[in-house]
Amino acid sequence: MNYWVLSGIVVMVTGFVLRFNPLLVVVSAALATGVAAGLDLVAIVSAFGKAFNDTRYVSVVWIVLPVIGLLERYGLQERARGLIAGMKGATYGRLLTGYLLLRQATAALGLTSVAGHAQTVRPLVAPMAEAAAEETGPLSDAEREQVKAMSAATDNVGLFFGEDIFIAIGSILLMKGFMEQQGIILAPFDLSVWAIPTAIFAFLIHGFRLWRQGRKLRQRGAGA
Amino acid sequence: MIGLAQVYVLAGLTFTAFALLSARDASNPRRFANTGFWALLALSMLAGDRLGDFGNGVLVVALVGIAGLRGLGKGTGGSAAEERAANADRHGNRLFLLALVIPATALAGTFLFKQFPALVDARQVTLVSLALGVVLALGAGAAWLRPAPLVPLEEGRRLMDAVGWAGILPQMLASLGAVFALAGVGDVVGGLMADVIPDGSLLGAVIAYGLGMALFTMVMGNAFAAFPVMAAAIGLPLLIGEYQGDPAIVCAIGMLAGFCGTLMTPMAANFNIVPAALLELTDRNAVVKAQIATALPLLVVNIALIYWLAFP
Repeated sequence: MNYWVLSGIVVMVTGFVLRFNPLLVVVSAALATGVAAGLDLVAIVSAFGKAFNDTRYVSVVWIVLPVIGLLERYGLQERARGLIAGMKGATYGRLLTGYLLLRQATAALGLTSVAGHAQTVRPLVAPMAEAAAEETGPLSDAEREQVKAMSAATDNVGLFFGEDIFIAIGSILLMKGFMEQQGIILAPFDLSVWAIPTAIFAFLIHGFRLWRQGRKLRQRGAGA
Repeated sequence: MIGLAQVYVLAGLTFTAFALLSARDASNPRRFANTGFWALLALSMLAGDRLGDFGNGVLVVALVGIAGLRGLGKGTGGSAAEERAANADRHGNRLFLLALVIPATALAGTFLFKQFPALVDARQVTLVSLALGVVLALGAGAAWLRPAPLVPLEEGRRLMDAVGWAGILPQMLASLGAVFALAGVGDVVGGLMADVIPDGSLLGAVIAYGLGMALFTMVMGNAFAAFPVMAAAIGLPLLIGEYQGDPAIVCAIGMLAGFCGTLMTPMAANFNIVPAALLELTDRNAVVKAQIATALPLLVVNIALIYWLAFP
């Protein structure tokens, strides 16, 4: 077995740890693994170019930016903050837990692109979470950063541990396809049902963390 | 039929606008680097299929050269906070309606377009709906808010500058995965994993499977890449074969163990690095750090669930 092809993984890990520009690291990793596998330079560049062209849909999401930018120019973030500030009982923990549940539920129905970091987290969820956290007192820079990061984290947790309950999502189809090649026939429904226990635990664990973080923010507000 | 080709044209035109507007942003010290970067991406969207594999590869090398060696810049402009607050008061909660146009179109399109397979490519319903939502939202926004014509593109360009090179990192990592697959990286890792499991221990095999799924996902940035490797190395021969585990449970929860890995790696750039850039956080790993305390206990839960549920 040719263990040298793993050199690309070593390059990736080293490059990320040493904080080189990730784009340079990715290309270097492709080069290292490609050379180790006995490919010549033209073949490596071509393989990477073909894959890049085939995966352009990944970068299509940026077409939403003009809409988000326009709405922000007309005060969407300020409005989102104002809405939460005007609500009694809209605490930080309740707000993000509610978003977590909503994200899990919509993803479980297959509606994964209804929300997302560009579509909802930056314009709506993060400013709302900031406003809710500010209810109990001003935020330090580190706390503000933590609240924003947690908003993005909540979106990810909700998406990952909701989407597999939907029967026609990519990962379910991948599992079904892979097992079929091995001679085991699985129904998508059987796979999606077994995503439910983990979804419940994900909600409990992340919801507990949100509750605790919210309590910490409140206590800090009361102490100050 | 409407499909990816039309969506790519829209994306290409958007990136062309970002490139042109970058060139006249005098507040950005490296504005021409930004112009070159977004112009190359526009070229890829508009003409990628005609460049050939090697041509696309050269385009990638040029993108990386601009971003990695010289770096992109950021302008200092942007609307004033007072102006935005005044606008927010004037337009009120109707701004939320406009913000919901994209999700609502994505929702309606996903159901509706499936009924018209002749009109919209059934495999690309989501992306076509997203693009349609953008067009509708821009149209409604222009009619109601009456911004100057370049405002949406100018504000979009500003947000794109905030994201910078991180914007193409997800696509780059997906491409790296293809090169890794070509070189057989998965088979080698799978072989190594199969060697470390103690003989005759069901719990040992389950732990190796769940941990391996998470770890390999962290390396590849993607549970889809890790699943076939770990399933072939441990899941099929040991858990399903030797120990007679339920294949649906082993697969479904194994994949979710992989998702725990996705939460803990900067390699999953679109979920972990891009939002840090988009939210303008100072630490680019802040989102990963916020997720670790959820991911680790959940990984333990997943391993326990496989152990208890899959084996009668």
